[in-house]
Amino acid sequence: MKRFNNPVLSKEFKLRFRSGKSYIGLLFYLLALGILVITFIFAQSFSSQFGFFHPRESQWMFYYLSFLQLGLILFMTPGLTAGIISGEREKQTLNILLTTPQSSLTIVLGKLLSSISYLLILLFSSLPIYSFVFIYGGISPSQLVTVFMLYLITIFAIGSFSILFSTIIRKTIPAMVTSYALMVFFSAGTGILLVLSMMIGTNLSPPYTTNVVSYIFASLNPFVVMLSILNQEFYNEINQLLFNIHLPPWVTYVSFYLFIFLISIFVSVKKIRPNIGR
Amino acid sequence: MIEVRQLTRKFGNLTALNAVSFNVERGTVFGFVGQNGAGKTTTFNILATLLPPTSGDAFINGYSVVHQPKEVRKQIGYMPDFFGVYDHLKVEEYLDFFGSCFGILPNERKKLIPQLLELVNLTDKKNTYVDLLSRGMKQRLCLARALVHDPEVLILDEPASGLDPKARSEVKDIIRELKLMGKTILISSHILPELAEMSDEIGIIEKGKLVMKGSVSEIRKQLSGEKVIEVKMNGQLEEAIRFFEDDPFVTSVVKNEGNKQFIFTYKGTDEQQIQLLRSAVLKGLPITSFYERERNLERVFIDIMKEVEKDEAIQ
Ligand SMILES: Nc1ncnc2c1ncn2[C@@H]1O[C@H](COP(=O)(O)OP(=O)(O)OP(=O)(O)O)[C@@H](O)[C@H]1O
Ligand SMILES: [Mg+2]
Repeated sequence: MKRFNNPVLSKEFKLRFRSGKSYIGLLFYLLALGILVITFIFAQSFSSQFGFFHPRESQWMFYYLSFLQLGLILFMTPGLTAGIISGEREKQTLNILLTTPQSSLTIVLGKLLSSISYLLILLFSSLPIYSFVFIYGGISPSQLVTVFMLYLITIFAIGSFSILFSTIIRKTIPAMVTSYALMVFFSAGTGILLVLSMMIGTNLSPPYTTNVVSYIFASLNPFVVMLSILNQEFYNEINQLLFNIHLPPWVTYVSFYLFIFLISIFVSVKKIRPNIGR
Repeated sequence: MIEVRQLTRKFGNLTALNAVSFNVERGTVFGFVGQNGAGKTTTFNILATLLPPTSGDAFINGYSVVHQPKEVRKQIGYMPDFFGVYDHLKVEEYLDFFGSCFGILPNERKKLIPQLLELVNLTDKKNTYVDLLSRGMKQRLCLARALVHDPEVLILDEPASGLDPKARSEVKDIIRELKLMGKTILISSHILPELAEMSDEIGIIEKGKLVMKGSVSEIRKQLSGEKVIEVKMNGQLEEAIRFFEDDPFVTSVVKNEGNKQFIFTYKGTDEQQIQLLRSAVLKGLPITSFYERERNLERVFIDIMKEVEKDEAIQ
């Protein structure tokens, strides 16, 4: 228990959840999601050929919610994390923190966890809304688990490289810009590279060839990976046509972004204090 | 105890610190004086493990700042020259946070914090948000913060800078109190007299070099009592020197080589001084100027250090 005591984390947690603002924000987020879900259900049941909300449509809503929250994560994470080390440096509070015996790892992880904690809470408190989807059927619990794992690894990867930029660039605005740029590269740039690589390297009629480069770009792109989790049959068809690689993209995605996370944390820990010692 | 050994720090071409060495014995207050850009903050940052030295090392209670920074951090209470405070934290919570950073347990912190607030006179501000404190209060809070883990060594970088005279003297009072508590204190300022009030020893740093170092009580002794009088002559220099040396209240006479002037130290009263000048003039000595040198602390310090160096050279 004592090993996991992180003063930086405890302090920021206390601060964040002391003010009512956090709870109000949470409430509004859940309300917005709830309203979206309910209007979706109503709209579907009126226009539906079945006259009621069908598992097929429940599945669509799951897709819709999942992509929506993925977008939210991509958009919010750099903003929450890219300023946290540079911000302390600019406010001249970092030096004092660095003269405490807290290890650099504790400081970096404490800062990272506290800054993404709110986002994590938003995500996890949206779980009950997914219960609508379960009521109507159409998706499996393991899909939901995989989607959330995708969220977590995405948050931690983007959060950690943003912290890295925040540590080495030292100024908040350039660190923000760089972090957003890298986020855009991973979420949109990989998509563009995927399309380009397919235009060059794909043979659209049998015999289908293996296309490693396109597969890699596809499995680094959060939206493509999300799609591959949500609709496996559809992905399998595409895979046969385009990549011919039977490793599920999310496995590649998780491995790659875990690597990014570890490297970023490692370098941040090395760089936050100039001394050789920890 | 602080031991600084041949500390050197370069920033590109600039040598901000050049082989600085000094010791601060347990329980003494060492004042570090120097103009802007002399290298005070650079020295302190190295001691606080915030900046690695280019070469050399320093030891706090025997722990090397280069090789054992984590141990050093436990030994020192550090107050930077410029610092910020976390907004949204109350005074008490601010101290509590740093207490937890130093691994002090919650119930110990509960006992400790009121004592620290008492020491720095902020008890009635304990529920105020730290960013709403005045500059002087923040400074005192930062001092309290540097004390949370009861460090034996304090490193205070211009703790009274930017404060009005009243707030300065409050900070000075706290530092005196800390000295009474037996802390080893390294403190910097660019104002020598102010620093001398608080310090046992003084070091002067200039362009990255520690140019002088000495004890304040020596300076005090020199300051009290004797006057330094400078005399300019239009000839008959030797005769005049002999005349002044004969006066019982003249303690020493120093002649400037090749100059038409000399200085002497004098411990007589103003009345006796008037008499002395009158008899010199009556004797026909061609005195063109006779004036009492201003004996500010800097002057005295430099004079003393010159003597010390001369003595050392002789030995
Ligand atoms: N990070 C740095 N990069 C480059 N030069 C630096 C850096 N820090 C300090 N210097 C230079 O080193 C020299 C010594 O600076 P330092 O801050 O130690 O002076 P100081 O004695 O504390 O002055 P002050 O009274 O203004 O606080 C200055 O010339 C300064 O410009
Ligand atoms: Mg300074």
